[in-house]
Amino acid sequence: MYEKDGEKYYVVDGHVHIWDGRESNHKNVHGKQFIDCFYDYHKNLSPEEVVWDYDTYTYYGAERFMKDLFGEGYVDHAIFQATLLSDFYRTGFGQTDEAFGLTRQHPDKLTYNHAYDPRNGEAGLEQLRRDAERFGLKGVKLYTAEWHGDSRGYKLDEPWSRRYLEECLELGIRNIHVHKGPTIRPLDRDAFDVADIDKVATDYLDLNFVVEHVGLPRLEDFCWIATQESNVYGGLAVAMPFIHSRPRYFAQIIGELLYWIGEDKILFGSDYALWTPKWLVEKFVDFQIPEDMPEYPAITTDQKKKILGLNAAALYDLDVPRHLRLPTQAGDADAEVAAGAGA
Amino acid sequence: MTQTAVSVEAEVLAALSTVLDPELDEPVTELGFVRSVAIDDEGVEVHLRLPTSFCAPNFAYLMVADAYDALSAVSGLGRVRVLLDDHHDSDKINSGTAAGLGYVGTFGVEAEDSLDELRRTFQRKAHLAAMERCCRSALASGAWTVEELPLLELFDLPEGRLKSALLRRREAIGLPVHSHARVMVDHEGNPVTRSDVALRLRLATTTRVSIEGNAHFCRGLLATRYAGVDPAGSAPVVTNTRSHP
Repeated sequence: MYEKDGEKYYVVDGHVHIWDGRESNHKNVHGKQFIDCFYDYHKNLSPEEVVWDYDTYTYYGAERFMKDLFGEGYVDHAIFQATLLSDFYRTGFGQTDEAFGLTRQHPDKLTYNHAYDPRNGEAGLEQLRRDAERFGLKGVKLYTAEWHGDSRGYKLDEPWSRRYLEECLELGIRNIHVHKGPTIRPLDRDAFDVADIDKVATDYLDLNFVVEHVGLPRLEDFCWIATQESNVYGGLAVAMPFIHSRPRYFAQIIGELLYWIGEDKILFGSDYALWTPKWLVEKFVDFQIPEDMPEYPAITTDQKKKILGLNAAALYDLDVPRHLRLPTQAGDADAEVAAGAGA
Repeated sequence: MTQTAVSVEAEVLAALSTVLDPELDEPVTELGFVRSVAIDDEGVEVHLRLPTSFCAPNFAYLMVADAYDALSAVSGLGRVRVLLDDHHDSDKINSGTAAGLGYVGTFGVEAEDSLDELRRTFQRKAHLAAMERCCRSALASGAWTVEELPLLELFDLPEGRLKSALLRRREAIGLPVHSHARVMVDHEGNPVTRSDVALRLRLATTTRVSIEGNAHFCRGLLATRYAGVDPAGSAPVVTNTRSHP
């Protein structure tokens, strides 16, 4: 919970990790390249006073995680998004057991989302059933552009992917988080392409599709599909830190999102430990569209409350303390659609 | 009497400045993607670099191939080499380009078809952004309203950077550039109707915001990635050891 100027904000960090990018866990040079790339993201976009040293960054563990999120970061609830990358790391990049163990200890504070890959066919479906039971899954995290043998990516509307989505419906997994963002390797067409989301969102209205990183670097394509689908959401991980280094660009991103997809479909996420939630929450609550950008209306306190936590709470059935709720129910899919809708 | 028109270094850099990052719609020379240029009696060797090891290999390939083609068109250079540094697909792209394998030949089973369609997609986005800048500028002048924009012709645009950028991008996707061509058209050249104009302009704005934002981000990441290694900053290191001018 964050409080400022008499306003209280319920905070859900919709995108967190416990990873191990240490050398001892690298399978090959890509493991080194990947964590180095993440560290560049961290250094490039964090305020100087919160930049970590490289060794801490490669592995920080559960204790540091709890302190940064719940001790100092104002977070009420956080959602792990699995990033397995087993081709690069011996025990995977995201540490499944450590993250899930922590979730078991703090079920009120943590939700664990696991991953699947439809290119694993029947065996993968079996695994998904086991995982759903073991982890009590409410959500999954998908990397459509991930390498897999000779394949460098798949589309959500391919037959096998549809079978997995249908299985999710059976298993009560409602929230499908899809990474369309940078640094996982695309090839042929445009792996950041969000057109496949459009198709499955129309076909599976009982699933929520959360496009992580709000479709960056294809913000315009994401806005265009999200404005037409009631069950497409945008996760702000990776877009958030621009609030410090490029506030005018951040104003444009948030202004575009509010116009096209509306205040009920945008979810806060730090992508911890890429960035830490404390400064992101503080800056977001203080943030306002610059006066010389009249093309975007000012952001209201209620909109900030929805984005920071209430929208994600609605998706994950989190019990928001009464005094932190809004009079109208946030995250309601039937809520008034954004201005861009109806296009 | 020798004709010292342009130095060979300047010729090489001019050729490289015609190579655009398809996604960011800016020359690789301005983005800091050209790391070094080495000219000797054999020919020229250029090293390119990108903001991350994981930048999309398809775009990386396009830039390497385009740089190779641009340099091959400069007469009297000798052997042309273009190498991509520090990328997860460096070896593959470098050997594929050197052997003239083309995109599908370079990536084998991983590639399905050529990159022509991908390139066109981003040329269309670039056109949309350039069109939006010209329309916004016309609106800002007070001489045009949004409802009137469908009537705006190239003739009505003041000469300058915005207009020449728009003309280049229209040429790239095969749109007419005569003075009475309409400015607000889709990528096939169909005029935008009055009922659609506000929405089309709004979408074009989002496209421009997205492209500009990506370019900011890539510049920042490149600077961070090479801060400790390349004291020259984003300017390429140019060396010329030719024994003849």
